[in-house]
Amino acid sequence: MKPYRVSVHITPRTGILDPQGKAVEGALHSLGFEGVREVHVGRHIVIETEAASENDAKETVRSMCERLLANPVTEDFEIESAAAG
Amino acid sequence: MKFGVVTFPGSNCDYDAYRGVVDTLGEEAVYIWHKDHDLQGSDVIVLPGGFSYGDYLRPGAIARFSPVMKEVVSHARRGGPVLGICNGFQIACEAGLLPGALLRNESLRFVSAPVHLRVENADTLFTSEYQQGQVITVPIAHGDGRYTADPATLDDLESNQRVVFRYVDSGGQVTGAANPNGSMRSIAGIVSAEGNVIGMMPHPERAIDARLGSTGGLALFESILARVAA
Repeated sequence: MKPYRVSVHITPRTGILDPQGKAVEGALHSLGFEGVREVHVGRHIVIETEAASENDAKETVRSMCERLLANPVTEDFEIESAAAG
Repeated sequence: MKFGVVTFPGSNCDYDAYRGVVDTLGEEAVYIWHKDHDLQGSDVIVLPGGFSYGDYLRPGAIARFSPVMKEVVSHARRGGPVLGICNGFQIACEAGLLPGALLRNESLRFVSAPVHLRVENADTLFTSEYQQGQVITVPIAHGDGRYTADPATLDDLESNQRVVFRYVDSGGQVTGAANPNGSMRSIAGIVSAEGNVIGMMPHPERAIDARLGSTGGLALFESILARVAA
């Protein structure tokens, strides 16, 4: 077993109203960032875990997302990276 | 009848529910600590309002894994009544006892105010003492109450009369302005397919004594008494 550092992005599912994203979008527009089309506010979670391999670390975190970290009704998740460390 | 009120770390309406049951209804109530595995023979389980686990991750996401939830889910699967109020509704959804999820209010504001609810189904374990279509006043106090589910789930809820309460104006009409949190189809409360689990964002336990401003929630408790005792 080796230590891994796994990053996960959790975002509101496309099509579900995201008022936080809308509020940030409005603020960016008022700051003059006129090119901003959409903003989504989610969570970024970093998990340090022991695993047999990088793949194993990712699979374990996937299971964590399905069971706890993301709400399957309203959120999508993406495992960004798993780095030895 | 014995009500078991679950106390999670961060629950803050457990005392209201307990006092409501004991003082107003004159029934028995016990507190059940979230780490217990014993429902103490309770007939009805109340998952109270509050901010269990500080709403970390998502409201209810961590509380649903509290030790006692295993017994609460078993109780529900056996057909035992479960009343999920506010954070309790969020926990019931996270635990899979009810479909859907409660997201951040559309306004992004915490809303604490009395609201009007229309009784959409007066033929449930929790609403039989109301009249169909009756408009009641019950307070809400939440920041994450926007009921959300996919269209198929919403249609299933509607076609099986599982939407029990809807946010309406004082005249009983569904309007955008009367929807305090942006809930889909103005849904304020739903029941499980078997009808023994209710989840609602409004607080009936805070509306059972005229001295506290409203008695709109009293019939909900009387309904449980009438049905479960029968």
